[in-house]
Amino acid sequence: MDGAIFVSQLFNGLSSASILLLMALGLAIIFGLMGVINMAHGEIMTAGAYTAYIVEGAVTHWAPALSTYAFLAALPLSFLVAAVLGLIVELTVIRHLYGRPLETLLATWGVSLIMQQGFRSIFGSNNVSVTTPTWLRSAWHVTTNLDLPYVRIFILVFAAVVVGGVFAYLYRTRSGLEIRAVMQNRDMAACLGVATRKIDALTFALGCGLAGLAGCALALIGPIGPTTGQAYIVDSFMVVVTGGVGKVIGAVVGAFAIGELQSTFEFFTSATAGKVLIFVLIIIFLNIRPAGIFPSRSRSLD
Amino acid sequence: MTMPSINKASALLILGFVGLVCGPLVLSGFEMSLLGQFLALAILAIGLDVIWGYTGILSLGQSVFFGLGGYVMAMYLEASSLQPGQVPDFMSWSGVTQLPLVWQLARHFPLTIALVIGVPWIVAFGLGFLIFRSRIKGVYFSILTQALAVVAATLAVNRQNFTGGSSGLTGFTQIAGASLYAHATQVALYEVSLLALGVAYLLAWRLCHSPFGRVLVAVRDGETRLRFFGYDPAAFKTFVFAFAAVLAGISGALFVPQNGIIAPAQLGVAPAIEMVIWVAIGGRGTIVGAVVGTLFVNYAKFYLSNHYPNAWLYFVGGLFVLVVLVMPEGLAGISRRVLKHFRSPEARSHDQGTEPA
Amino acid sequence: MTKGRSLLEVSGVSVSFNGHRALDNLSFVMYEGELAVIIGPNGAGKTTLLDIVSGRTAADEGTVVFDGRAITGMADFRIARLGIARKFQTPSVFPGLTVGDNLVLAGRRQRGVWATLVRGLRDSNQAHYDSILERIGLAHRRDTLAGTLAHGEKQWLEIGMVLAGRPRLMLIDEPIAGMTAQEATKTAELLREIAQDCSVLVVEHDMDFVKTIADRVSVFHQGRLLIEGSFDRVSHDPHVREIYLGPEPAHA
Repeated sequence: MDGAIFVSQLFNGLSSASILLLMALGLAIIFGLMGVINMAHGEIMTAGAYTAYIVEGAVTHWAPALSTYAFLAALPLSFLVAAVLGLIVELTVIRHLYGRPLETLLATWGVSLIMQQGFRSIFGSNNVSVTTPTWLRSAWHVTTNLDLPYVRIFILVFAAVVVGGVFAYLYRTRSGLEIRAVMQNRDMAACLGVATRKIDALTFALGCGLAGLAGCALALIGPIGPTTGQAYIVDSFMVVVTGGVGKVIGAVVGAFAIGELQSTFEFFTSATAGKVLIFVLIIIFLNIRPAGIFPSRSRSLD
Repeated sequence: MTMPSINKASALLILGFVGLVCGPLVLSGFEMSLLGQFLALAILAIGLDVIWGYTGILSLGQSVFFGLGGYVMAMYLEASSLQPGQVPDFMSWSGVTQLPLVWQLARHFPLTIALVIGVPWIVAFGLGFLIFRSRIKGVYFSILTQALAVVAATLAVNRQNFTGGSSGLTGFTQIAGASLYAHATQVALYEVSLLALGVAYLLAWRLCHSPFGRVLVAVRDGETRLRFFGYDPAAFKTFVFAFAAVLAGISGALFVPQNGIIAPAQLGVAPAIEMVIWVAIGGRGTIVGAVVGTLFVNYAKFYLSNHYPNAWLYFVGGLFVLVVLVMPEGLAGISRRVLKHFRSPEARSHDQGTEPA
Repeated sequence: MTKGRSLLEVSGVSVSFNGHRALDNLSFVMYEGELAVIIGPNGAGKTTLLDIVSGRTAADEGTVVFDGRAITGMADFRIARLGIARKFQTPSVFPGLTVGDNLVLAGRRQRGVWATLVRGLRDSNQAHYDSILERIGLAHRRDTLAGTLAHGEKQWLEIGMVLAGRPRLMLIDEPIAGMTAQEATKTAELLREIAQDCSVLVVEHDMDFVKTIADRVSVFHQGRLLIEGSFDRVSHDPHVREIYLGPEPAHA
């Protein structure tokens, strides 16, 4: 009995970890490539979630028969909306702050406040929610005591597909190669003719697009409000720090480690104690491995 | 800077200080209390400026130390008006019949002061020791302190029996036997805040203009290099982080009786980053800038959130972007540039050599 | 070649990064008052040896003894306090401090938190700093922010900073990289002068420069000490020419 609850708790942890992963993935790539701390990442995610909300509303209004599939249309659109927003932020703010990570942190925090208030003006202060598509509503009855909801299975699979896609993009395409080149040695890549500025903008948009997807997935399992993003941003950064900066694999392992530990601690203690324990564990962990699970080595001074 | 200009600057500062001392004579009770709160907040800003502006450590968790000092003071305010054996209402509602230990201690004013200083010091020292020893720095440090703010806010909400939960601690009536509503008490709180600010200013100034301050700048400019000159940057950073935390604790303790409430919302990430903007606006690396920035941003916040409640976030958000993009040296940088216009070219070129940041 | 008693003894040190053996059972000795130069191709382990001695990298195996005292595994800043100073390849002065403050910072004997808080700003050693400023030719720029100096001036300031601490052993990584010929000549003079008071260990690529300054040259190859001796002896060694000087016999 308890075992079944524990397993389903672990499984829920897995799907929150998936959302965390999609968030952290974008952050890790952006930070690894540009040294930019994007504090508006949470709001970009929220924008993706609101996109799902709008698409669902629009489809229900104009084509009610198709409303259960609205979500499928929302996925690419939320990626697009988030990517465009990211591009705007990159062109107007980030572009002028290269090599000054702490400054980007402050400036993007300002952007996040503006976006929050923007959401409040457009969608109101109250939370909105997206109806779960009918085809995701039931659950997989593993045993009499253990139900695994389809929604959460879907999110897990979805995250896996996205991570696979990001890997394929980074390691199998020309522009992915350029991104990795800039990440490893910006000056050298520039000398070899890589348009680093363009790569920066592209990467920032891509990272934000991933956050948009995270938001879309989040809309499936919870309500969305103007401050939803705030709840995720700090956790996502902890994932990046724990995993090792600029490492896709680090984000994956970090997200699942933190997500699962959190649900395990919550199961045995409480949500608060879980948060405190995670924090203490991360501090201790960083004392042992200051550069994270997958450190990027460098011989340079500072 | 040449000797006469130091004197001119100090004269200006002393003049400003005296003006503030006389504040209660001209300000209404409400205005004075508001200014008193902002002066208390400026103490925190001075600490933040020392660690960020001089040492290059951007802490996004100063709200936590502010909250620690604030909660200790709030416990004193609440506990000191209880009868022996009595517990605050929120405790008795959840079945607690005996005051927890910290609450017991906070019934005594001298112990309260010791806790206001000691608790932030111990927390910051322990955390700083662990973090700086493992050579975590830059944005990693900022992210960790941010997580600290999340943890602290969550704890304050959920340890309801101890902290009063999300509504916080409020409804204070007296401090050290005097009514909080009496005008004389409010004047006293204002003057004490101002005095504490003055002391904090002098301490920070002395700190930054001693060999210690040179080491801080060296930590900011090249921590790794500094190690090979025989200095242990972790020790300096831990010390100065704890110093800033103590200032933040004192700031919280002076803010709470004037503001009348401390709640978990004041401990979170958002207020912590807002504190950074006070310093950024004023101009980091100049201690007086931190004070001016705090007063400016908080007045703007007070004015805007009263008159245009929806505009406040747009304003402060825009302020962040603007300060970082177009005025990285803040108000201090602007006034420095303006002042240069009134100086001889000779002084201008000499000036180049002595700017702190 | 031995000038005095041995000051630094590195014995059997090995260290690996990601499976690559940067130093392979390396032993190396320095004597008091000696100016030794290490040469070798890229990846030979030259800078890694400086890292080991100065405590920047921990050795996997082996011991380092300085002045009769084991310093293996000691924290870098403690090693520095024993009198081993290091100058890195890129100039790394503290740009936010003046030239004078850079020197005082580097030369202070009290380097703890309390000592720096309590003791006054002006060091009693002012004459010492003045003489260093003269020596590195920056006496007229004492109050200039170090960040505004020219590249060569920064290099000299950093050498001055290393001197200010009165070290017993100076480790110098590629001192003339990026310098003009004129600046290099001045640097060579400076190093010879310094070597009268303390031992100096230099890593350098430029053969003309090495020839001017070295008492002894050690050739590293693949993490091992290949050969050492006078410049002439080393530069005529066939094995050295093959792996290192090979394409440029003109240097001999």
